Amino acid sequence: MAEAPFGLLAELTHRCPLQCGYCSNPLELVRREAELSTEDWRRVFDQARSLGALQVHLSGGEPLLRPDLPELVAHANSLGCYVNLVTSGVGLSRDRVRTLAARGVDHVQLSLQDATKAGNDRIAGIKAFDRKVEAAAFVLAEGLPLTVNTVLHRQNLDNIAGIIAMAEQLGAERLELANTQYYGWALRNRAVLLPTRKQLAVAAPIVAAAQARLKGRMEIVYVIADYHEAHPKPCMYGWGARQLTVAPNGDVLPCPAASVISSLQIENVLSASLHEIWHDSPSFNAFRGFDWMQDPCRSCPRKEIDFGGCRCQAFQLTGDAAATDPVCSLSQDRSTVDLILETEMEPAPVPAMAMAMRKMR
Amino acid sequence: MLEAVPRIRRGVKCTYDQIREAHVVLFPEGVLVLNETAASVVALCDGVRSIGDIAVVLADEYSGVEPSDVAALVSRLVERRVVDVDG
Ligand SMILES: C[S@@+](CC[C@H](N)C(=O)[O-])C[C@H]1O[C@@H](n2cnc3c(N)ncnc32)[C@H](O)[C@@H]1O
Ligand code: SF4
Ligand code: SF4
Repeated sequence: MAEAPFGLLAELTHRCPLQCGYCSNPLELVRREAELSTEDWRRVFDQARSLGALQVHLSGGEPLLRPDLPELVAHANSLGCYVNLVTSGVGLSRDRVRTLAARGVDHVQLSLQDATKAGNDRIAGIKAFDRKVEAAAFVLAEGLPLTVNTVLHRQNLDNIAGIIAMAEQLGAERLELANTQYYGWALRNRAVLLPTRKQLAVAAPIVAAAQARLKGRMEIVYVIADYHEAHPKPCMYGWGARQLTVAPNGDVLPCPAASVISSLQIENVLSASLHEIWHDSPSFNAFRGFDWMQDPCRSCPRKEIDFGGCRCQAFQLTGDAAATDPVCSLSQDRSTVDLILETEMEPAPVPAMAMAMRKMR
Repeated sequence: MLEAVPRIRRGVKCTYDQIREAHVVLFPEGVLVLNETAASVVALCDGVRSIGDIAVVLADEYSGVEPSDVAALVSRLVERRVVDVDG
C-alpha cells in the first residue's frame, strides 16, 4: 500500500479577480456551476484526514471568493489539520482576516506580482497592490505568520532586489521566489515569460546575498528556473507520494497540473472516495515509485533525488508522460528545451500586456 | 549551546496523529513525524527551559539521554524552522 499523503491542496474555485498571465491554473477553468458544494468539501476534508493528510492548503483561483470559506476553515481545523490560506489578498479585509483567524487559519501565503504598484498591477491585470499591502498588515495584526510568494519571469526578474525589500516591508517571515513553472496559462504565455540567462545570472547573487543578510529574520526560498538547469526539479517529491490536489469540480489529481495529461483517467470525489483514489486508481498508480521509468532514468542514481522530474512537463514537451523530464541533460529530448530557449528567450519583443490574461470572475 | 533556550516557532502546531499513531509537528512547509524521544524534546521547548534543563528532565524518563543528543536534535529542529533558540 502506498504511504499516506501529508497534504491536500484544495482548489476551492478557479474564479479570481486577478488575471495573472503566469497563472499555472489550467486553460480550461472550472465554471462556478460545476464547483463542489460546501457539503462535498467537508466530506473531502474528512476523507483526506482519515487518509492521513495533515495539511490543508486552501487555494484556487481565489479562495476568498467562496462565501463558505470560514466554515471550511473551521472544519479543516476541527479535524486537526494545519490550515494554510493561499491568496492574492484581494478581498482580505480586516474583518475577513479576523474571522478566518478565529476559525483556525494557521498561516497565510500571499502572492505579490512585482516590487512596485505599477509593475504589480500590470501583471495582475487589476489594481491589486494597495489591497495586498493592506491585507499583509491585517494578517500580521492577527498574529498569523505570513509567507509572500512571487512568481518570477522576464517581466519582473530585474526587480528582484525590490521584491525582496517589499516582502521585508510587508513583514513576511518567509519569501518564496518561484521561477515560473510552465503549466496552464504560463505555458501559453511562455514566450513573454521565459527569463534570459543574463537575468538569472544577475538575480542569483542578489538572492544569495539577501538570504545571508536576512538569515533568522526572513527565510528566502528560491525555486529554480528548470528549463535553464541541467537536472529537473523533484516534482511533487514523487507522483502520488506526499500530496493530492482536488480541483474545484472534485477532480482528484496527483499534481495540480495533471489534467493536461490526456491519457490519464481522472477520478472525481463525487464518484469515489479519496482512499480508493489515492491507493487504487490507475491515475495515482501510473507513475508511483520507479517501475514505470524508462532509460535513462531507470538506471540513473539521481532518480532517488528527482524522481525523473515532472510527468506533466514530459507529456507537454514530448507527448509521453513516462519519458524523462526533457529539461534533464540526459534526456534524448533536451534539444526540444534548448530550441525553446533559443527561439523564445529574447528580451521582451512585446510588452507584458501581450500575455493572454487569465480571466474568470 | 546547553544554555540556549528553544521555543516552538509561531505558526507551528504540535499534535498527535491518530492515523500514523505518532506525534507530529505541522508547519507551512511540511510535516515532521516524531519518534518518542523527539516528541518529548519538542514538548519541552517552551521558551523557558534551556537545552541543559531539557536533558535533565529527559534523563529521568529515558536512560542514556546525553545533553549533546538533545542539542543535536534541537539544531535539526532549528534547521527545519520548527523551533527558535534564544541565548
Ligand atoms: C494558482 S495560485 C492560487 C492562489 C491565489 N490566487 C494566489 O495567486 O496566491 C497558487 C500559488 O501558485 C503560485 N503560482 C501561480 N502560477 C504559478 C506558476 N506558473 N509557477 C509557479 N507558481 C505559480 C501563486 O503565486 C500562488 O502562490
Ligand atoms: S490569476 Fe493570479 S491571483 Fe488568480 S489564481 Fe492565478 S496566480 Fe492566483
Ligand atoms: S536521467 Fe532521470 S533520474 Fe537521471 S537526472 Fe535525468 S531526470 Fe533525473
